[in-house]
Amino acid sequence: MTTTAQKYETVIGLEVHVQLNTASKLFCSSANSYGAEPNTNVSPVNMGLPGALPVVNEEALNYAIKIGLALNCDINRFVKFDRKNYFYPDCPKAYQISQFDYPICKEGHIDIDKEDGAVKTIRIHRAHLEEDAGKTIHLDDCSIVDYNRTGTPLLEIVSEPDMNSSEEAYDYLQKLKLIVSYLDVSDCDMEKGSLRCDANVSIRPAGSTELGTKTEIKNMNSFKAVKAGIDYEVKRQIELVESGETIVQETRLWDEQKQMTASMRSKEEAHDYRYFPEPDLVPFTLEEKIINDIAATLPELPEKKLKRFIEEYSLKPYDANILVQDRATAQFFEDCAGKLNDAKKIVNWLNGAVLKEMNERKASIVDLNISPDNLVELITKVEDGTVSNIVGKDILTKMIDTQKSAITIIEEDGLAQVSDDSALEKIVDQLIAENEAVANQIREGKDSAIGFMVGQAMKKTQGKANPKKIGELVRRRLLDGP
Amino acid sequence: MNINELTAHEILRKIKAKETTAEEVHKACVARIEAVDKDVNAFVRLSDDAPDIKSHKGLPVPIGIKDNMCMRGVETTCASHILEGFKSPYDATVITKLKDSGAVLLGNCNMDEFAFGSSSESSYFGPVKNPWNLDCVPGGSSGGSTASVAANEAIWAIGSDTGGSIRQPASFCGVVGLKPTYGRVSRYGLIAFASSLDQIGPITKDVEDNALLLNILAGHDPMDSTSVNLPVPDYTKALERDVKGLTIGVPKEYFIDGMDPEVEAAVKETIEVLKKQGATFKEISLPHTEYAVATYYIVATAEASSNLARFDGVQYGLRVHPKETRKSKLIDMYEETRAVGFGDEAKRRIMLGTYALSSGYYDAYYLKGLKVRSLIKNDFDQAFKECDAIIGPTSPTTAFKAGEKTADPLSMYLSDIFTISANLAGIPGISLPCGFSKAGLPIGLQVMAKAFDEEMIFRIAYNYEQSQEWHKKRASL
Amino acid sequence: MISEDDVKKVAALSRIHLTEEEIPQFTKNLESILTYIEKLNELDVADVEPTSHVVPLENVHREDVVKPLLSQKEALSIAVEKQDGGFKVPKVIE
Repeated sequence: MTTTAQKYETVIGLEVHVQLNTASKLFCSSANSYGAEPNTNVSPVNMGLPGALPVVNEEALNYAIKIGLALNCDINRFVKFDRKNYFYPDCPKAYQISQFDYPICKEGHIDIDKEDGAVKTIRIHRAHLEEDAGKTIHLDDCSIVDYNRTGTPLLEIVSEPDMNSSEEAYDYLQKLKLIVSYLDVSDCDMEKGSLRCDANVSIRPAGSTELGTKTEIKNMNSFKAVKAGIDYEVKRQIELVESGETIVQETRLWDEQKQMTASMRSKEEAHDYRYFPEPDLVPFTLEEKIINDIAATLPELPEKKLKRFIEEYSLKPYDANILVQDRATAQFFEDCAGKLNDAKKIVNWLNGAVLKEMNERKASIVDLNISPDNLVELITKVEDGTVSNIVGKDILTKMIDTQKSAITIIEEDGLAQVSDDSALEKIVDQLIAENEAVANQIREGKDSAIGFMVGQAMKKTQGKANPKKIGELVRRRLLDGP
Repeated sequence: MNINELTAHEILRKIKAKETTAEEVHKACVARIEAVDKDVNAFVRLSDDAPDIKSHKGLPVPIGIKDNMCMRGVETTCASHILEGFKSPYDATVITKLKDSGAVLLGNCNMDEFAFGSSSESSYFGPVKNPWNLDCVPGGSSGGSTASVAANEAIWAIGSDTGGSIRQPASFCGVVGLKPTYGRVSRYGLIAFASSLDQIGPITKDVEDNALLLNILAGHDPMDSTSVNLPVPDYTKALERDVKGLTIGVPKEYFIDGMDPEVEAAVKETIEVLKKQGATFKEISLPHTEYAVATYYIVATAEASSNLARFDGVQYGLRVHPKETRKSKLIDMYEETRAVGFGDEAKRRIMLGTYALSSGYYDAYYLKGLKVRSLIKNDFDQAFKECDAIIGPTSPTTAFKAGEKTADPLSMYLSDIFTISANLAGIPGISLPCGFSKAGLPIGLQVMAKAFDEEMIFRIAYNYEQSQEWHKKRASL
Repeated sequence: MISEDDVKKVAALSRIHLTEEEIPQFTKNLESILTYIEKLNELDVADVEPTSHVVPLENVHREDVVKPLLSQKEALSIAVEKQDGGFKVPKVIE
């Protein structure tokens, strides 16, 4: 028997906006930075003042091409900008400069991994450059507009409706973020809004090829929200159809608190954006050479890197996959691997203690300010028994806090394990003298009593004694005879 | 002659010879404005403070600025209610260039609201009058700029030309007005009417001044993507050359039924003069001329509808709330601000342009307009294969009576029939006086040339002008 | 040809409030202009490329360099109403 949900197929397309982290805005020289005082990163151009004119930021074009290439897109050789006309307080010219019929990128794709190990290709329809709007703060009796964000370069990446579940949408978005994050062209931070995602969702009877009426979901500000928003919307649409109602094509807002979508009802007439060629900008003809030059700057992308890590360093796919989630960490790994011929140990440290430090500090590996040499030195000290694994982790913490090397910390804090036989022998002799009864038990063959002696030795040396060595010495003194 | 009646080059010569000072010239202009501007209404506001003219190095010539160019700290309104109180926080590039040249900025010149018109009657600040006959219009939309020069209030002025807005009022006011090649003068800071057509240009008493002022205004501006990076010649050098051996085209389409016979006669007389000076004339055809006005009203209004959308009461200028609630607080504010702030002609053009771009009509209107624009541009490309310049009347008539065409927008549009094509094709055109009607109104001659060949225009215009006395006549007010 | 309903729609799209008396007036104006524009239908432009720029320019861009252009004070100097460093407007979402 098929369940209600199985009767329907979900069709999802995503529109992802990526803010490009150029130094200046898309069409003017005011700073493109996040978190400034309101209306300080502004110019006559991004405020849309009368008479002000846009001039395209060359770097934004280059970034867009770079993303396009990384997403397997064709780069259009003829590119132009158009005006999209609409009234809204955060859109100060009452039009947005965007691209209508000649976007910079078209026809790309991203492969996502399915749970069963299969690979699914999600096609990208197009990606176009446009300017971001300002920010409106809604108060009880009025709204306040800040134009700092206005004119931030955005690349809108529009997928084909190739995703059939919220999981696929989630994976596509993750993969997209991962690829873009490798290019150093965006912060890709959903919380800060530098990565934003709207979803077009529709359902249709399973097996049908026609598209159902779609709704557009906006305001999903985290990966989790994207998944939850789509799940909610699919359920809502199925319920509507099951109860014989029709789905209205509309924009719906995801409400994070209520965990539901709600219609962005307005008394407005339907939008008519009246796109037309932006007369204040001239068209662009992108030369083959420019595109090739940018292609040459593309880094090894995560998919390729993952494969190589598994082959070259014999890493487990699971471990390698964690490493490539962050380009800098992956690089750090390779730098370490060039200095220490034990990839597995390095991965254990990076995906374990180092990752934990990064998470706790909400820091990138670069922010930790430790070098591959520093980490390799620490790993070496743990491996040669100078310090224990646990002390090693403490040393890592201290390395990050103090910017001192592992060796310095070990020396300054006297953390080296005491392995020197003569020093340890003295301690063992002392313990045997102090614990006659226990010593006798050991002599009688009660092996478990050795542990007590080791514990005491650790106590006496504040953990610096090498426990293995203590055990050996106790055994030798009491069992082997003088 | 009073000093304010002189040309800039005459004044500069006198200053150099210590026969006058920049302060004296400025004083004379201010006194003239005080005396006649209540009648002419060429200025919507004057510069607040007496400028420290001693500090002005270079060419300290008093100039009128059309009220659609942003001047830092000064109210700039496009003669519209909707921009009331808007003080630009930045200077337009031409204003920066003028300030750097030592110019003395007299104030903002009156104009048709947002440059929408051919009579300077649609200003929120009241109509401008023609200094040659106060019952007549000065032409438009830069009627305040041309009237300020014709009335000897300003020594020279700048205007903007989207479909004839410098040349037609220059013709009506008996002064010299040039629309440079599109891309020759920066538009940065010019409050846009139609971005692909607008161009700022000089308005002067004679051709020499015009070349001198274009020297100041022209040049590449990295702030304007449509500004062309070509060297700027010294345009006054073009005045030294004669017209011998030049071939000048006369478009048969520029002599139409319903044309004022006095205008036709004056232009034909001009041709005879230039022939005597050694130019060869040739009848040419610009076959799509009759479609220019229709094309223009699609392209220009479409762009205008978008350019003027920013005047919505959100940031600056006028904001009006209706008494009753109609849609929502915000939308009501938009709709009421724009209903109150724009005059009827602005509303007509915004609605026409919106219609031409709207879903379902784009292909039939806007796209078709762009295609016919190609045909019109091609007409000129073909014509310039067989001639160095084109001449004809600037306007089919002399200045018409105030109020005569305000009730019929279409008849007003048709007074730009000879000037609009140059904007659609992007080429330069000048209007200079070539006679006076029996009623004492100036008649304008238009000279057009290939893109970026302003030198050709100046050369022909100067040779003709210097053989006549028209440029020495001053309106008696 | 353009109807009063069309004019109402265009006015709404243009964010211009028209009074009941203005609607027929503007309809008449626009109709006469649109009739005149019909003239273009005499031309066959099927194979003509549109011209949206007359300047022979392409690839105009600028370097990605930051220049301070307006201070907050200058930016807000033009505001109709301001509050907390921002431009105050009627409530956007009611």
